[in-house]
Amino acid sequence: MRCLTPRLLEPLLRTAHELTVENDGIADTLTLTRGISRAEVIREICVHLEPYQAGEKPITGETVIAKDLTIDSLAIMDMVMELEDRFDVSIPMSVIAEIHTVDQLADTIRDLRANPS
Amino acid sequence: MGLFDRHAGLLEAYRDVRTTGYDPFQIRMERVLSPTKAIINGRETLLVGTNNYFGLTFDPSCMEAAIEAIRAEGTGTTGSRIANGSYSEHVALEREIAEFYGKKHCMVFTTGYQANLGVISTLAGQGDFLLIDADSHASIYDACKMTQAEVVRFKHNDPSSLEARLRRLGDKPGNRVVVLEGIYSMLGDSAPLREFVDVCKKYGAYVLIDEAHSLGALGEHGRGLCESTGVIDDCHFIVGTFSKTLGAIGGYCVSDDPDFDILRVTVRAYMFTASLPPSIVASVRQALRVVKAKPELRTQLWNNVATLYDGLKAQGFTLGPEHGPVVGVHLPDRMTAIGFWRAMLDAGIYVNVAVPPATPNGVSLLRCSLCAVHTKEQLDHMVEVMTGIGRQFGVLPDKQLRAAGAR
Repeated sequence: MRCLTPRLLEPLLRTAHELTVENDGIADTLTLTRGISRAEVIREICVHLEPYQAGEKPITGETVIAKDLTIDSLAIMDMVMELEDRFDVSIPMSVIAEIHTVDQLADTIRDLRANPS
Repeated sequence: MGLFDRHAGLLEAYRDVRTTGYDPFQIRMERVLSPTKAIINGRETLLVGTNNYFGLTFDPSCMEAAIEAIRAEGTGTTGSRIANGSYSEHVALEREIAEFYGKKHCMVFTTGYQANLGVISTLAGQGDFLLIDADSHASIYDACKMTQAEVVRFKHNDPSSLEARLRRLGDKPGNRVVVLEGIYSMLGDSAPLREFVDVCKKYGAYVLIDEAHSLGALGEHGRGLCESTGVIDDCHFIVGTFSKTLGAIGGYCVSDDPDFDILRVTVRAYMFTASLPPSIVASVRQALRVVKAKPELRTQLWNNVATLYDGLKAQGFTLGPEHGPVVGVHLPDRMTAIGFWRAMLDAGIYVNVAVPPATPNGVSLLRCSLCAVHTKEQLDHMVEVMTGIGRQFGVLPDKQLRAAGAR
């Protein structure tokens, strides 16, 4: 998916957050992921990555975070800390090291929310 | 792909730095004259970037102790403690440091880096959790690469961020080890240790604190932040170094844990490196005596901190958040920091320049570290020089402009 600018995104995010439960058709998935859709996680990641966008190329799920953007490894880890608190999960450093794309990061967050232990 | 291709980005940044004419990472002290002066580029230079907090590198009693030890026991031990055995002085040094903290056990390492690397990576093992401050020193990060434990970072100096991460672990089995530093080496800020300790107690986590930059500087007896905040008994492991306040090299870890000595046969950074030479052990033992006998050095250090910190602040520089033996001066970007650093060196003042990726949050800094034996005149002069360079570089508003703006 394409990322919107944070300004455009903010009201959308609020709405998305409120509407997740009603909007997603797969009730089982909803319970497992504690009510956060994949699209919403990706959107939130993109908000954090937007300042590091290289040129006009949009940030998508396939974007390789450390390669396609101007973000350094320390800033990636700091962004992860923000996402951890936003989604109430902890991502071990060894797991962060294995994440390359926005999609992978989103899936990791959703997996951890579904199976905290 | 060539061996060095992966460093292409760093190489480019390094090249940028060197275009200024000096290489801040390969500075040569042609001759060191005292704890506060050296000849650099042929000129006498004031040293305000050497972590020599008490100025003990030239303390006559420490120097004599080292010289005597060389005459008595030679220049080196030529092997590790487990292979070549401990000298009586190694054991005596460990006893004295343990006593200094009122702890039962102490292990001495050949460097402070190795103390953190070895102890942290070994304490937290498979199935355990290591929680580290985001601004941790490289030695702590490197320990995280070596450990089998799961590592999670929390926000710098933020006990609630640590708490959230401990809470999320829920009732998962495994030890929790929290790693903190007394004074952080880049900005000179201290951890809110009491609050951290409360969180750790609530979740049954072990506390390890690195007092590398706070030994001597903080606490009534100079034991560090653990003493000044009154939580020595709640710090399960205290790590430190001999290479700053004590003016030599080496590291240590103290603890009350009855099984602590097992680390002597499990920590590879202890087992497979040569032990400290007799001269270092002797000068460190003497330096520890000086720290205990001369609390006035601590007072002098903090007076000097106030002179530099308040002086720079009054001129409008953006500094680290609080007084500390390290004063970090924020500059807008890497090249300004390098240029500023070079201009200071040309003016006869040596500080450290710290640029990303070695700094937290990508900031560019001039990192000044104070010494108890700096004079007020030297530091007043430094503030003047930095103010002048700051105006020249547009970091500080020009005098005339400021006057015009005030009208």
